[in-house]
Amino acid sequence: MVPQDYGFFIDPQRCIGCRSCVGACAECGTHRGRSMIHLDEMDRFDSPQTVPTVCMHCEDPICAQVCPSDAIKRSEDGVVHAAQKPRCIGCQNCELSCPFGVPLVFSGLEQMLKCDLCYDRTSVGHKPMCATVCPSQALLFVRKDEVTNLRHNKPLRDFLIGSVRVKTKNAIMVPDPETPLHLDAALLIDGGL
Amino acid sequence: MSTLPLSQDQLRAQFGPHLNLAPPGGWLADPTPDKVVETHCCFCGQQCGIKLKVKDNKVIGFDPWEEFPFNQGKLCPKGVKRYLQGNHPDRLTKAMKRTENGFEPMDWNEAMARTTAEIQRIQQQHGKDAFALLSGVSLTNEKSYLAGKFARLGLQTRNLDYNGRLCMVSAGAGNKKAFGVDRAANSWADIELAEVIWVTGSNVAECSPITTDYIWRARDRGALLIVVDPRITPLARTADLVLPLKPGTDSALTNGILHLLHKWKLIDWDFVSAHTQGFEEALEAVKDCTPEWTSQMTGLPVEAIEKAARIWGEAKTSFLLHARGIEHQSKGVENVLGCINMVLATGRIGRPGCGYATITGQGNGQGGREHGHKCDQLPGNRDISNPEHRKYICSVWGCTDEELPGVGQSAQEIMNAIHAGEIKGLMLLCFNPLVSLPDSQFTREALSKLEFFVCLDFFLSESAQHADIVFPSALHEEDEGTTTSAEGRVIKINKAVDCPGDARPDWQIMVELAKRLGRGRFFDHFTSPEAIFNELRVASKGGTADYAGISYEKIVKNMGIFWPCPTEDHPGTPRLFEGGKFFHPDGKAKFIPTPWRPPMEVVDDDYPIWLTTGRVVFHYLSGTQTRRIGFLVEQCPHPYLEIHPRLAEKYGLVEGDAVEITSRRGTMVLPAKVVKTIRPDTVFIPYHWAGALSANRLTARHLDPVSKIPEFKVSAVRLKKTTKDQFSPELADLQRMAFEARSTQSQMPEQVF
Repeated sequence: MVPQDYGFFIDPQRCIGCRSCVGACAECGTHRGRSMIHLDEMDRFDSPQTVPTVCMHCEDPICAQVCPSDAIKRSEDGVVHAAQKPRCIGCQNCELSCPFGVPLVFSGLEQMLKCDLCYDRTSVGHKPMCATVCPSQALLFVRKDEVTNLRHNKPLRDFLIGSVRVKTKNAIMVPDPETPLHLDAALLIDGGL
Repeated sequence: MSTLPLSQDQLRAQFGPHLNLAPPGGWLADPTPDKVVETHCCFCGQQCGIKLKVKDNKVIGFDPWEEFPFNQGKLCPKGVKRYLQGNHPDRLTKAMKRTENGFEPMDWNEAMARTTAEIQRIQQQHGKDAFALLSGVSLTNEKSYLAGKFARLGLQTRNLDYNGRLCMVSAGAGNKKAFGVDRAANSWADIELAEVIWVTGSNVAECSPITTDYIWRARDRGALLIVVDPRITPLARTADLVLPLKPGTDSALTNGILHLLHKWKLIDWDFVSAHTQGFEEALEAVKDCTPEWTSQMTGLPVEAIEKAARIWGEAKTSFLLHARGIEHQSKGVENVLGCINMVLATGRIGRPGCGYATITGQGNGQGGREHGHKCDQLPGNRDISNPEHRKYICSVWGCTDEELPGVGQSAQEIMNAIHAGEIKGLMLLCFNPLVSLPDSQFTREALSKLEFFVCLDFFLSESAQHADIVFPSALHEEDEGTTTSAEGRVIKINKAVDCPGDARPDWQIMVELAKRLGRGRFFDHFTSPEAIFNELRVASKGGTADYAGISYEKIVKNMGIFWPCPTEDHPGTPRLFEGGKFFHPDGKAKFIPTPWRPPMEVVDDDYPIWLTTGRVVFHYLSGTQTRRIGFLVEQCPHPYLEIHPRLAEKYGLVEGDAVEITSRRGTMVLPAKVVKTIRPDTVFIPYHWAGALSANRLTARHLDPVSKIPEFKVSAVRLKKTTKDQFSPELADLQRMAFEARSTQSQMPEQVF
C-alpha cells in the first residue's frame, strides 16, 4: 500500500527540462527501457518552460470508465494501475479519453502502459524514481502536510476540464500569479523589468 | 608526424562514438544486482552520490543514494545514465599503435618500451622540457597528485598543465588574490539560508542541476534571485530580476553595482575596516561607473542596474555564485574580483546564510587544482616559485631542489609551443584538447606536428586519434580514490568493477612508465590509491589546501570531509572565513580594483555579432563520454545556433534553417534555433562536439594574463543564411543515430513485460 499521508506534487515552475525523470523512469524494474513520463517543451520560441506529466491518479479515472475490457484498476490506496495484460485489448480508448494525455498503447505490445506511481517502490516505503532523482524537485513525493512548510505555492487536485470535473490523487503546484515571466531578452534590454 | 592514420569516417566507424542504449544483456536481463556500491557521479563538480548496481563484474544500473547529504538521491540525466559507459562497444581494452593502416593492438610491454624509448630520444635530442604532459581534472586527487609528481620527477619536465586551465582557474586566481585561499567559501547548505542569491555567468539548471534545488529552497523561504547572463536560462525564467548583459561586460556591471552601494550608503563599514584592505582603491576605480555608464557598457537599462544594486545592497544575508560565463574570458580574474568586491563591501561572508562560491565545472575541478598538476603549483596549493614551498615538497619527495623543475607553460601555451615546434613530444591523460581548446584547427595542426604522442584514455577521443601509442586506462568505476566537490568536500570514489582486457588504472600506467624511465625510486611505494593519498596528505600538510587530517576511513564515516583539515581529530571546515578571518598573512581580505577594459575581440563591421558558448544538460565537456550514451544523444544529438527572432529576421532565418557562422578562425554551418531568450546581438552554440561541429572552430586563443584561461565566452562572428545541403555529414549522422535510438525504444519486444 502507498501510505495515504504521502502525496505526489508536480511543480512545472521548477522544471528545468533536464529529463532526469524520463531517463530514470525507464530504469524501473517493471517497465524496463520504457519511460512512463512525458516531458514537453511548451514553446521553446517563447520560453525554456518545460512541463513533466505523470499519471494524476484520478479519483474516478476516465481511462477506467471507458475501458471496454475492465483492464484498468484503481487500488484502495488510490493508485491507478497500467492495464492488466490478460484483459487489455489495445483499443486505445484510455489513450484517447485521458484528460491529461497519459496512457500510451505501445505498438507491438498491444497493451496500455502508464505511470503506476512506481508501485514497486512506493508500496514498500520508497519515493517514486522520478521524484527521487528530480534535481530541482519539480517532482516531489512527501507527506502531504509537509508541503505547506516546504513550498509557498499551493497544490491543486480539483480540475475542471471542459465540463468535466476531475479530482486527482496527485497534485499540481500552482504558481503564484505574481511570479514574473521575463522571457524576451530584447524587451528586458529595452527597459522592461 | 602525428597525422590521422585513417580518414575521420573510417576512425568513426571503428572507434565511434557509437551509442550504448541498454544495460549489459539488454533490458530483458535480470536487474537483480550481486552487489551495490556507494560512489559518486563521474561527471561534473557537484559529485553527486550514487549507488551502482553490479552483476557479473558489470555495472547494470543505478540506485539513488538518498542518504548522501549533498544531493540526497537527486541526479541529472547524465548521472542517471552514466552506467551505460561501462560495457560499451567503443571501450579500449588493448594497447594500440598507429600504423599506416590505422590503429593496431599491441603487446603492453612493447607499448611501454616504445613509449619509454621515444620519451628518452626526444629529451636527449631537444632537452627535458621538449616533452610535455597534459592531464585532466576528471582524475581523482590521487591521480592529479601523481601526474604532478610524475611530470616533475618521472619525465623531469616543467611543461605540465591540466584542463582545469579551461575551467575555473580564473576563479582560483581571483580567490587567492582576494582571500588567500582557493575554495568555495561555503558549503551549499548556506545557499538555503540566504535572503538574496546572485547568480552570474552560470546556467545552473543545465550545468549544475542539483544546485537549483538549493536555490529554490531559499526562494521558498522568501529569498530573491538575480540572474546575470546574456541568455534567459531555465533558472532565470522565474528569477526576480534577470540581467541579460552584453557578453564580456561583467566587470562593468560589478563596478557599477559597487559604485551604487557606496553612493547609497549600503557598505558594511565595520566589516570593511576590520577585515579588509584596499577598499579605498577599489572605490576609486569605480568612481565614474555611474548607472548611465554601466548601462552603456552592459547594454542593460539603468533601472535594472539600480534595482539589482538595491536588492543586493539592502539584504542581510546573501550568496553569490558564478561559473564559466564570467571566468572564460580574457579578464576572467577581474570579473571574479568584481564579484568578490561586491561580497566584501557588504560584509556578507563567513557567517550562516552568507557566502560566495564558484560552481566548479569538472568532476574534480576543485581537488585537481590543489595538488600540483598545474604548471605553477605544488601540492597543498603551494607555489612552485616559492623557495620555502619547494623545500618542503623536496623533503616529502626525497629530491633536491635542482631535481624539481620550475614554472612551466600553461595548457594553451603548451599547444602553442607544440605548434611552434618547441615541444616535440606529448603525453595526454584524460584530456581532449582538439574539442576543448579554442581555435580547433590550430590545435589539430599542432597535434599533427608532434614527433611522438602517447595517450591514456578509455575511449579513442578525437585527440587520441592523433596518437602514436594509446594505453587503455580505467573508467571511474574501475578504480578507487578521492575527489573534492564544488563545495570543498573531499569524498571517496569506490571501485565497483575490474578493468576489462588489458586496461589499467592511469596511476599504474604512470608508475610503470616512471620505473622504466629509471625514476622508480620516487614511485615504487605507490602500490595503491590509498598509498598515493597518504603521501598527498603529507605533501599538503601546512599548505592552504591541507588534507593532512583526512583519511579514507574518515571520509566514508562522515560522507565527506571539507578541507582544510590539518589533523586527525579535526572535523573539517565547511564554512571558511568565520569571524572575518582570511588566509592572507595579516588575516584580512583584499579588495582588488578592477578598472574596466573591453574583451580581446569586439564586434565590428566585418564580424558584427557576439558569440558565446556553453553546455547543455545532456552532455559533459568534450562529449567523449556522453556522446556515446544513447539516451543523452537522443535528447540533444548535435549543436545548433541559438538566435533571437529579431536577429533571425534580419538574416531571413526561421527555425531549422541552415546558417553559416564565421569568425576570424573558422566557419561552421548549423541549424538555427530561434528563441526570444537570448540577446538580439548575441548568438550561442553548445560546445560538446568535434570536427565540423566543434564550436571551438570559431573561438580565439586569447588568454587572461593572470589565469591563462582562454576567452571562450566572447568572440565576434558574422552570419549568413545558407542551404541545408551545406550541413556537414556528421550532423546528418548524429540525426540518424538519435532517430535510431528513439526507434529502438518503441520497438522493444513484448516479453519485456
